[in-house]
Amino acid sequence: MREFDLAAEPVRALNAALHALPPDTNETHWRVANPQGKHAIAVGLDAPIEIQIDGHAGYYCGGMNKSATITVAGNAGVGVAENMMSGSVRIKGDASQSAGATGQGGLLVIEGNASARCGISMKGIDIVVKGNIGPMSAFMAQAGNLVVFGDAGEALGDSLYEARLFVRGKVASLGADCIEKPMAAEDRAALNAVLTRAGLEDVAPDEFKFYGSARTLYHFHVDNAGRY
Amino acid sequence: MCGIAGLFLKNPALEPGLGTMLAAMLGVLSDRGPDSAGFAVYGAGKGDRLKFTLSAADAPTLEAALTRLNDTVGGLSWSLRANHAVVAVPVATGDRLSALIAADPTLTLVSAGTRMEIYKEVGLPADVARKFALSTMSGTHAIGHTRMATESAVTTRGAHPFSTGPDQCLVHNGSLSNHNAVRRELRREGIAFATDNDSEVAAGYLTWRMRQGRTLGQALEASLADLDGFYTFVVGTETGFAVLRDPIACKPAVMAETDDYVAFGSEYRALAVLPGAANARVFEPEPATVYAWERAA
Repeated sequence: MREFDLAAEPVRALNAALHALPPDTNETHWRVANPQGKHAIAVGLDAPIEIQIDGHAGYYCGGMNKSATITVAGNAGVGVAENMMSGSVRIKGDASQSAGATGQGGLLVIEGNASARCGISMKGIDIVVKGNIGPMSAFMAQAGNLVVFGDAGEALGDSLYEARLFVRGKVASLGADCIEKPMAAEDRAALNAVLTRAGLEDVAPDEFKFYGSARTLYHFHVDNAGRY
Repeated sequence: MCGIAGLFLKNPALEPGLGTMLAAMLGVLSDRGPDSAGFAVYGAGKGDRLKFTLSAADAPTLEAALTRLNDTVGGLSWSLRANHAVVAVPVATGDRLSALIAADPTLTLVSAGTRMEIYKEVGLPADVARKFALSTMSGTHAIGHTRMATESAVTTRGAHPFSTGPDQCLVHNGSLSNHNAVRRELRREGIAFATDNDSEVAAGYLTWRMRQGRTLGQALEASLADLDGFYTFVVGTETGFAVLRDPIACKPAVMAETDDYVAFGSEYRALAVLPGAANARVFEPEPATVYAWERAA
C-alpha cells in the first residue's frame, strides 16, 4: 500500500507518480489522505491500480481514467470521472455537476446524489446513482447506461441520442425528444449487466422505468425548429 | 470566474472567530478571483448609531478628510483599517454626514448601516484580508468575494460586495445580460449606482424590492423573473443571509451546515478550512431556489 498525503505534497506530484507506473506495476494499492476538495486528483490514469481517496475530492477527480479503480470516501466536485475510458470510479458521498460527462467507457457509481447535468454527453460510460440526479441530466447523451435509484430533475435526457436511461423514482420532466419506452429484453439485459457490475444485484430491473430517444431530432426538420 | 465565501453563525460562541474563518475561506478562493477581494462583516451595532464605511486613496488622505468632516460636524470618532474607516454617528446626524461625504471628492462611501461594515480593494484576496486585518473582526455573519473581472474595470469600486441600501450587501459570481436596462429603471425609482457593474444592479434591484416591503427571500424570488444572465448571488441584510442560483445553475455553489453555522463556498475547498466541515451536511443549492436564513434582530 502506497500512502500519499496531499497536505504534504501537491496534487501534481501525486499524478506524476501515478502516471509513471508501468502497466504491470506491483504498486497496485494507493491511499490518498487529506484531499480537502483539491482539483484533478488521480486524473489521466492508465494502469490497473486501486486508489482510495480519504475525503472530499474537488473538480475532475478521476477524469480520463483508463483501467484504474478509484474510490472517493466523501463527495466529489464538478466533472468527476469526466471522459472516463475504462475502469471504475465510486463516490461514497454526493457528486457535483456534470458527473461522468462525455464518458466513453467504464463504470461510475455515486452512492449519494448527483447534481445537475449528470451524464451530459455520455458516450458509452455506465453510471449508477443510488440517490437522485439533478436537472438537465443526460443532455445529448449518446451511448451507455444511466441508472438512477432515486428521482431525476427537470429536462431529463434533452436531445438524447442512443443512451439508455433507467429511473426508479419520479422524473420531474423529460427534455426534448426523450420519451418513456417499454423495456425490451436487450434493455433489461443491459440494466442487469450494469447492476451486476456495480454489485447491486439485489435491485430488481422491473422497479425501473426506461427512457430513450424518440429519434425525432436526429436530422434537421423544419417542423422541429421550435424545439431546438 | 469569481469566488464567494459566506458564513452565517448559529452558535454565538463562534462570533469572535468570524473574521478568521472568512479570511481562511477567501485565501483558498484566491485562484478563482485574484484581481480584487472584499467582504462585509455584520458586527456589533448600537440601535441609535449609524455606521458609515468610507474609503480613500490612502490612509493619510482618509484621515485628512475625516478631520475636515469632524471640523464641520463635531464629535466624530472613527476606527481606521488601512484606507478604510468606520464612522459611527447618531441616526439623526446620518443624512447630514451622507451629504458631506458625497460632497468630498477624496472620499468614497462604501456602505452604511447599523451593523454592517464593508472593506474591499484590488489585489490578492489574502493580501486584502491581511491589509484590513479581517482575522480580528467578529460578528454574526459575513460575506466575502474574490473577483476575476468580466463586465467592468478592475477597480476598488468594482470589487464586491456591493451595497445599495443600509445593512444590505450582495456578491455575485456570473454575469447579467440585462443590467443596463434594469439600471435605467431602478434609477427612475431612485436607486443610486456608483459603477457600471452588472452586480451592483442586482444589489440595487433587491434594495428596491425590499424598499417595497418585500422580505429578502421575496425580493430574490422576484429577481428570477427580472434579472437575466448567469449568477450565483449571496446576499446579506442586518439579520438575514440568502443564496440564489440562476435557473440552469451555471455557476458553482456548495454549502455546509452544522449546528454551529451555515457556510457557503464556490467550491468545497473553501469549506474544508472550517471547523467541523468534515462532519457537516454538505449540499449544493438547487437552481432557481431561494435559500434564506434569518436571525432574531
